[in-house]
Amino acid sequence: MTQEELLKFKENQKITDQFKQPDFYGIDELLNEEHKLIRDSIRDWVKKEISPIIDICCQEAIFPDFIKKGLGEIGCYGPQLPVEYGCGGLDYISYGLAMQELERGDSGIRSTASVQGSLVMYPIYKFGSEEQKQKYLPRLATGEIMGCFGLTEPNHGSDPGSMITRIEDKGDFYLLNGAKMWISNAPFADIAVVWAKDDNNIVRGMIIERGMEGFTTPETHKKWSLRASATGELVFDNVKVPKENIFPNVKGLKGPLTCLNSARYGISWGVVGAAMDCYDTALRYSKERKQFGKSISSFQLQQKKLAEMLTDITKAQLICWRLGTLMNEGKATPSQISLAKRNNVEMALNIARTSRQMLGAMGITGDYPIMRHMMNLESVVTYEGTHDIHLLILGHEITGDNAFS
Amino acid sequence: MKILVCISVVPDTTSKISFKDNDTKFVSDGVQFIINPYDEMALSKSLEITESLGGTITVINVGLADTEANIRKALAIGANDAVRINAEPKDAMFVATQISNVVKNENYDLIFTGRESIDHNGGLVCGLLAEMLNIPSVNVVSKIEIEGSKIKATRDIDGGREELECTMPCVISAQKDLSEARIPNMRGIMAARTKPLKVVDAVSENDFSEFVNFELPPAKTGVKLIDAENAGELIDLLRNEKKLI
Ligand SMILES: Cc1cc2nc3c(=O)[nH]c(=O)nc-3n(C[C@H](O)[C@H](O)[C@H](O)COP(=O)(O)OP(=O)(O)OC[C@H]3O[C@@H](n4cnc5c(N)ncnc54)[C@H](O)[C@@H]3O)c2cc1C
Repeated sequence: MTQEELLKFKENQKITDQFKQPDFYGIDELLNEEHKLIRDSIRDWVKKEISPIIDICCQEAIFPDFIKKGLGEIGCYGPQLPVEYGCGGLDYISYGLAMQELERGDSGIRSTASVQGSLVMYPIYKFGSEEQKQKYLPRLATGEIMGCFGLTEPNHGSDPGSMITRIEDKGDFYLLNGAKMWISNAPFADIAVVWAKDDNNIVRGMIIERGMEGFTTPETHKKWSLRASATGELVFDNVKVPKENIFPNVKGLKGPLTCLNSARYGISWGVVGAAMDCYDTALRYSKERKQFGKSISSFQLQQKKLAEMLTDITKAQLICWRLGTLMNEGKATPSQISLAKRNNVEMALNIARTSRQMLGAMGITGDYPIMRHMMNLESVVTYEGTHDIHLLILGHEITGDNAFS
Repeated sequence: MKILVCISVVPDTTSKISFKDNDTKFVSDGVQFIINPYDEMALSKSLEITESLGGTITVINVGLADTEANIRKALAIGANDAVRINAEPKDAMFVATQISNVVKNENYDLIFTGRESIDHNGGLVCGLLAEMLNIPSVNVVSKIEIEGSKIKATRDIDGGREELECTMPCVISAQKDLSEARIPNMRGIMAARTKPLKVVDAVSENDFSEFVNFELPPAKTGVKLIDAENAGELIDLLRNEKKLI
């Protein structure tokens, strides 16, 4: 299917997404009117723009090009960054709610926005020179240009400190060599925020532009997960990088790790969206589906599943809200973010599996979103720090002992 | 171009409707309130007009403080400022009187209402307001074009459509094809924080009507399926049971 065929397909679709979110503990009362308006607006946008096309995009493994601009128009790229650079100027709860609603639609769509906002715009804002901010942020905020984030390498995933991608000082410029793998948005990105070691073995961040000689971005195919998100490699073969493209304000691994904190925070909210979509789908289906002369929702075994899913979602919602409040106050620690990411992704994966079973055979088809969420979440539990790595971060925090190596 | 959009705030279409106090009052607990969908279309049409011709859009609502979240939404969608007349919107006469009192000296070129609000479905505010302001009105408009000091409107009539011209200022009530409702974006929501929302007191007004009681429509009964072979049974049911033919 081509992008034009996708747009034609979309024109003929009606809005049929009936999603209603659970709010068992009245968490809405902890939100202000603006938060709720943001959430409801993005929910409406997802129902109109994403839900009608997401199944076909995943089945066909195509990234819907039109959402690059769409996500920019609705304001999902860096909503928490300041207005003077064309961003939203909103708080972290607004940002979290935006990610929740996007991932309720699809983790791949949320990934596109997370990468652009937290992994490309955030480091430029936080570590970039004023010229870099002026040059890139306003256009990234609207989706006029798209970015990607290159940290992971073929042989260095959980241990990015051992990366081998390097820059060599050549006087007027740096020479970049190496390769990054599993990079979201890479195939279409106009710029890449890349992390590489300098002559002193110190990790430095830089902005690489498409078109620089020796820079290519081959696409990664055959994914069973995040099929509506484009993933690829970044290959650097003697790329000449102007010195003004290096981030002046950060050195060492804490650069990329700071960006990851912001993205992991968004994921903690995002996966609650995916979990709510699975729960809501299973709840509606179980009331309608009759077996042995009764709705399957009237059987105790199914009620146990629903009750436990609602309990887990409610706990995750409370974690998100509290973490969001800590983020707004500038008090959230990396290990608090690890706890939220780890807990909530696992919660969402479990709910995807349980709710899928409640739909019986129907649950494996693309007529329902659950199997798609389940497959997507396998990436989410891996990227931005694997499930194990977050456990090690927490273990380190609790005991003071580093168990990584 | 100076445009006024009258918005009412109504229960979401998927709300569970119930009544209390001997069926004289609507139970609003747990009900989500939205901008009346026809008013939202009027607002997005107004934005299309000001985006091409320039101008400003004011939204006005007769309601208590709890409607302000939806007024902010209208500002986030793109209206320039808002007025809330602080009163329970008792009936169409009351609402039209309050609005005309506030806007009579404001010289709006175009005033929009929805064709009806989806809660009480009265559809009267458009005509009443125009009469009170002594200007023409066109209701149930599904298409509108501005031509100098006139508008060309297409309205739905029984079994067809009618095209007519009308001079401005005038009051237009919006029908569903007029425009597609817009979703506010985060920049708009941010901008809405600082847009003016003026609250004014209502003028006193005689009660012209009173709610005696509300009743829900009879519950839908199940569907009776008839075998394709048995057309006779269908005719029998329509004739004798439903008495439709
Ligand atoms: C769809 C997708 C998109 C991605 N997008 C990006 C992107 O945009 N940018 C980017 O830089 N990266 C991206 N990634 C890469 C992702 O961050 C890495 O896959 C992740 O960090 C894990 O690295 P790895 O795959 O090399 O696994 P490995 O590090 O090889 O881990 C394999 C297994 O070993 C475990 N393990 C590793 N070390 C330890 C230890 N010390 N103790 C115990 N267990 C351990 C892990 O938990 C895991 O279970 C993406 C990945 C996917 C799947």
